[in-house]
Amino acid sequence: MSDSLSRMLDEHGNVVEGVDPATLPPLADLLDGYRALVVARRFNDQASALVRQGRLAVYPSSHGQEACQVAAATVLGEHDWLFPTYRDCAAVVTRGVDPVEVLTLLAGEWHCGYDPVATRVAPQCTPLATQLPHAVGVAHAARLKGEDTVVMALCGDGATSEGDFHEALNFAAVFRAPVVFLVQNNKYAISVPLARQSAAPSLAAKGVGYGVPAELVDGNDLAALTSVLAAAVERARSGGGPTLVEADTYRIQAHTNADDASRYRNDDEVAKWLPRDPLLRLKAYLTAQGVLDAEREAAFAQVAEEMAAHVRAGSAGEGTADPSELFRHVFAEPTPQLREQSELLAAELTADLEAAR
Amino acid sequence: MSTTTLTPKITMAQAINTALRDAMTADDRVVVFGEDVGPLGGVFRVTDGLTASFGEDRCFDTPLAESGIVGMAIGMAMNGMRPVIEMQFDAFAFPAFEQIVSHVAKMANRTRGKVRLPMVIRVPYAGGVGGVEHHCDSSEAYYAHTPGLLVVTPATNADAYGLLRAAIDSPDPVIFLEPKKQYFSKEEVDVTAPVPPIGRAVVRREGRDATLITYGPSVPVALAAAEQAAAEGRDVGVVDVRSIVPFDDETVCAAVRATGRAVVVAEAPGFASVASEIAARVTERCFHHLEAPVRRVTGFDIPFPAPKLERHQLPGVDRILDAVDDLQWEES
Ligand SMILES: Cc1ncc(C[n+]2csc(CCOP(=O)(O)OP(=O)(O)O)c2C)c(N)n1
Ligand SMILES: [Mg+2]
Repeated sequence: MSDSLSRMLDEHGNVVEGVDPATLPPLADLLDGYRALVVARRFNDQASALVRQGRLAVYPSSHGQEACQVAAATVLGEHDWLFPTYRDCAAVVTRGVDPVEVLTLLAGEWHCGYDPVATRVAPQCTPLATQLPHAVGVAHAARLKGEDTVVMALCGDGATSEGDFHEALNFAAVFRAPVVFLVQNNKYAISVPLARQSAAPSLAAKGVGYGVPAELVDGNDLAALTSVLAAAVERARSGGGPTLVEADTYRIQAHTNADDASRYRNDDEVAKWLPRDPLLRLKAYLTAQGVLDAEREAAFAQVAEEMAAHVRAGSAGEGTADPSELFRHVFAEPTPQLREQSELLAAELTADLEAAR
Repeated sequence: MSTTTLTPKITMAQAINTALRDAMTADDRVVVFGEDVGPLGGVFRVTDGLTASFGEDRCFDTPLAESGIVGMAIGMAMNGMRPVIEMQFDAFAFPAFEQIVSHVAKMANRTRGKVRLPMVIRVPYAGGVGGVEHHCDSSEAYYAHTPGLLVVTPATNADAYGLLRAAIDSPDPVIFLEPKKQYFSKEEVDVTAPVPPIGRAVVRREGRDATLITYGPSVPVALAAAEQAAAEGRDVGVVDVRSIVPFDDETVCAAVRATGRAVVVAEAPGFASVASEIAARVTERCFHHLEAPVRRVTGFDIPFPAPKLERHQLPGVDRILDAVDDLQWEES
């Protein structure tokens, strides 16, 4: 546990002084990770474009935070669980969920487009920090059932102020639940800067009071993130209990397309973070290592373009939202009242159709 | 002689902003805080410029924790201040439910009136804006069901101004529900008009044949329905409840007695709702004047739908007119 920042690659893609290059994740993994970063960036750009075309209601972009998103998903095994927030579409996509299904929520079709049990990805959560106790519950249940499942629970810097964040950490520690809490400290909660959010020396420092080991890591360094998170997952899996990881990163774009960031921060501040882009430094490192060339780069871009084309095709139609579904899932068996209301709506829609004829 | 000062056409968000400004100017115990209400001016710009005008001690951002916001407001009210706090959206007030239900609502009674909490909790609420999950809830029933909370919801910009002034002046805690789909609709506002007392409904449209009883986001919908009914030869009145707690039985029942037919319109799910309470009160008090059972047009008893399906949930003109048609006209 430490307040010092763990980092492996600097902004230029050089191995940081004092870090043994042998401790970096294998080159093949980093190359896969880089491809995932390229896809994640493309996903962010594509989703933002869909907002501008009126195809998505809203999009909270993780532009600049892609290393956190990719690392959180790739350190997990098939049976592990991911608990994402609204900002973590790219993590869910990296986990392998169909990107079209990921956008169901933001396209305004339904509240969750994928099957959380089949994909082991909880519904993306909007009420801040409320998903964290759920993550502890999934982890604790796995322990009771004798399964070696690990849960990766994501939240933002702002969410660490909510009571549920603290309750989740405490529960996880008391029950030695196999959970890794990853806080993406992107320095803002909408307009509120970190300094107004917390007076703690770091967000990682919040682990101390709960007896949760914590680590502060460069959130734009995929190599460091992967090492730290993989170690935390391993510890959790082997019965060592929870870890809190704070990723030091930055929200390059506005909170969502609906937000005007110029009201509360200046471009100079943003400009300082641009050279720290997670893609740039990994690209530089992999290129220097001789495993990434223009041809590979083009192949990765091709994968990203195919994903983007798939997303565009999937959001081109009128959608599949079916009004009768409104009543179907509320209870295992619809109540008599819901059946009555469902019939009322059906009759109304039939009458509308006939009137339109 | 009274002079009126009409603002130019302003939005409901601006009307509320003006009320906050005027209250902060009139009384330096009034403080505004919440999430993003400072430099950003709130996600709906309701608190725009207040920090710049009054300083950071009077309008400020808090850490992101609704329970903390409400709990701190309670303490500040106990110590002589008049907090006006913002919950960013309806469903994001729920982390503060404990503070609201167990303390805001009960403090005065618990202390035999020794500690009253003159605080206002502003909540943008209801749908009609294409918002995703947790941004469209109609949460009035939770508050109305909790003894000790005044519950107010304006439907016009003038009422948004006046009722907020009244709420801030109130010795009791007020849940101030703002219909967010109306934030950007424009009207002139007379800021010198007498502040409407909390607890009075208002007849928005006179009608001889039937009465629509409604509040907040459903008021413009009910007025549109009444307009359409008029075109079809039926004279339908509209009563805007404005104040859910306390409830103005007198105004509502007088309107219903005059027509003998009533439909209650509200967006929230109908089961165990404010609309149900209104229907029950009207039935009890006006039974011998009624030509037909009181009808309710409400949301279905389902979680608020995703944007592409929300139109099915919102009471619209057609549903209201269908309900009016059902009021046993043949037998009259
Ligand atoms: C309980 C709750 N309160 C308020 C909100 C409104 N809201 C949505 S995102 C946000 C800021 C969150 O900041 P942070 O946790 O840092 O995550 P980021 O958006 O930066 O990824 C706020 C206040 C919410 N979603 N849930
Ligand atoms: Mg943040």
